[in-house]
Amino acid sequence: MRFQLTDDQRDLRGGVRELLARRFGREVLRGAVERPGLDRGLWRELGEAGFFGLRLAEAAGGVGLGVPEAVLVFEEAGRALLPGPLVATHLAAGAVPGAATGETVVTAVGGGGLVEWLDEADVVVGEVSGAVALRSVDPLTPLHRVPGAPAAAGPDDLFVLLTAAEQLGTAVRTCEAAVQHARTREQFGRPIGAFQAVKHLCAELLVRVEVARVAVYAAAVTADPVDIAAARLAADEAAVRGARDCLQVYGGMGFTWEVDVHLCLKRAWVRAERGGSITESEELLAGELLVEAG
Amino acid sequence: MDLSYTPEQEEFRARLREWLVKALPALPPKPSPDDWPGRRAYDLGWQRTLYDAGYADVHWDASPTMRLIFLEETETAGAPYVGANFVGLLHAGPTIAAEGTAGQRDRWLPSILRGEEVWCQGFSEPDAGSDLASLRTRARRDGDEYVVTGSKIWTSHAEVADWCELLVRTDPAAPKHRGISWLAMPMDAPGVTVRPLRTLAGSTEFAEVFLDEVRVPVANRVGEENDGWRVTMVTLSFERGTAFVGEVVACRRVLGEIAREARANGRWDDSGVRRRLGRLYAEFRALWRLTQWNVSEGEAPSGGGPGAPGVPGVPGVGGSVFKLRYSRARQELFDSAAEVLGVGALDLEQPWVVDRLSSLSYTIAAGTSEIQRNIVAERILGLPKG
Ligand SMILES: Cc1cc2nc3c(=O)[nH]c(=O)nc-3n(C[C@H](O)[C@H](O)[C@H](O)COP(=O)(O)OP(=O)(O)OC[C@H]3O[C@@H](n4cnc5c(N)ncnc54)[C@H](O)[C@@H]3O)c2cc1C
Repeated sequence: MRFQLTDDQRDLRGGVRELLARRFGREVLRGAVERPGLDRGLWRELGEAGFFGLRLAEAAGGVGLGVPEAVLVFEEAGRALLPGPLVATHLAAGAVPGAATGETVVTAVGGGGLVEWLDEADVVVGEVSGAVALRSVDPLTPLHRVPGAPAAAGPDDLFVLLTAAEQLGTAVRTCEAAVQHARTREQFGRPIGAFQAVKHLCAELLVRVEVARVAVYAAAVTADPVDIAAARLAADEAAVRGARDCLQVYGGMGFTWEVDVHLCLKRAWVRAERGGSITESEELLAGELLVEAG
Repeated sequence: MDLSYTPEQEEFRARLREWLVKALPALPPKPSPDDWPGRRAYDLGWQRTLYDAGYADVHWDASPTMRLIFLEETETAGAPYVGANFVGLLHAGPTIAAEGTAGQRDRWLPSILRGEEVWCQGFSEPDAGSDLASLRTRARRDGDEYVVTGSKIWTSHAEVADWCELLVRTDPAAPKHRGISWLAMPMDAPGVTVRPLRTLAGSTEFAEVFLDEVRVPVANRVGEENDGWRVTMVTLSFERGTAFVGEVVACRRVLGEIAREARANGRWDDSGVRRRLGRLYAEFRALWRLTQWNVSEGEAPSGGGPGAPGVPGVPGVGGSVFKLRYSRARQELFDSAAEVLGVGALDLEQPWVVDRLSSLSYTIAAGTSEIQRNIVAERILGLPKG
């Protein structure tokens, strides 16, 4: 057993982080908020970098890596708040022509009949007739909803897992932002991070991140539906509560449009719905618990 | 990221499992919680059994992964946990192994491994709890002895211990972290008085220890004079890093039993109850993954411990992350048992009711949750000290 990143996995994560910092740094992120729309150029670059074809065999033009590597890549996407139906396009690679290379943008019907980026997508997985546009809470995720979509028909496991990986990345971002602000913002003549109430919010942010991280990584290794359900619960909590606590650490600034915290929170809300009903995940775990107990 | 075990590790697991099947039925009946001499004999007897079978030093010599397997399998099989051997095996022993002289290691380690001597931990004092470094128990040098006067509190197993790992102040003039020394004190020395304290669970798990001019040989000091704080940090990091592996396995089993009880008594039909139990199941699965993650980190060559051969890597502050989350989860576990039991949760005869009471100490003992959050924020996240 060696439940740690390998050197290759570390390099992969570092490489993706670098690419995203270069191509989707804060300025670009804020630009995208003001001028929403999918950046096709970036999408193709992601395709070239292997973002979508990561798990396809090399013979099929992919990178030939596994689910753990995909999880690391999606964690970075979540950390960068990269917009677009990334998970759906990744999962369509190999099945939908052009998805792997980033030529084709693919979206899918997620939990609760939610469809992201419907107007911009070239291909939709799932039935979307009668889809109604929502006025999306997240400025970087246009949303539609398919009326009457059965609530219980949850998305596939891998869709849920990669969504959880994005949640993990966003949770990491909120933790980093909160700590950074706590170190630099001064009140009463000291950095606010010296005050225990603030310090303890930051500590809890990290604890939730680390618990979500091991749950998501382990689920990537086992691909077990029970592990995936556990991982999504931990990751949703880390992302949503992380953004809330980060907002608190930012004070009034946290309530502004200008600071990025709200983007983290809103995206985390969208993904928590996309991953299907939380109740379903809890019930799945409860059922499995009884089975294990015999 | 690899969660599979090597053939060597699997073989170790299989052999251990096979041995447990034979060894456990030979155990004497479990003594009652109030029978301290009986508990001491039982816990030492189990350690002796492990020693004879070649498993005694698994806490020290084996790789962290082997230790994980050992704790997982013994707990799953329902074997006794370390009990009264806790301080010897998990604090004092590893500290002596890492920081003691060859003579000290020869004197104290074999008797811990063979289940011959019990240790207790005399750190906390009435006025020095979270702020441990402010401790005041004084040790005055008199030739080749220290003369120790003061009092300790919350000393678990003090009534049945042979030795106490004792923190004393050897230089009252120095800044508080620099005047402390670590001594091994025989509990039968003249001047040691133990007064048991009753816990809220009704039992006497810990005691006050009064020290009145107790003479302790200077040769019993581990580490340099006034360097005891550093030695202590070694000990505490063991406590925070590796102590709970078996308990996570046990909690997962208890959770299953609670679920079965809920189904039997109808509480399972309440979706709120089911969902909370499902969440706790996710929580304990994640805590197990965190354990595996930390253990794997401990395997890394860079984690190698100082000093004596065979000493496992000193676990890092990551143990605080684990302890924070685990202590809360354990309390939630027994709260959920109470929810399932309903009125039964008020009956001390029912299962889990005493465990629920005991779980209340988890966010206090071995560094309170507030102190753990300070550690995480200051040492991992680098926030300024308050
Ligand atoms: C079951 C049990 C077994 C124990 N066994 C042993 C043993 O064998 N040997 C031994 O030496 N000790 C033992 N202890 C003692 C234990 O380590 C202390 O209880 C613990 O360190 C807290 O100290 P205290 O009780 O003095 O509480 P205090 O330090 O007085 O704390 C009281 C409250 O104040 C908070 N607080 C204190 N300082 C801060 C701060 N800087 N920031 C924020 N909050 C703060 C605490 O978090 C807590 O909520 C045991 C305790 C228990 C409960």
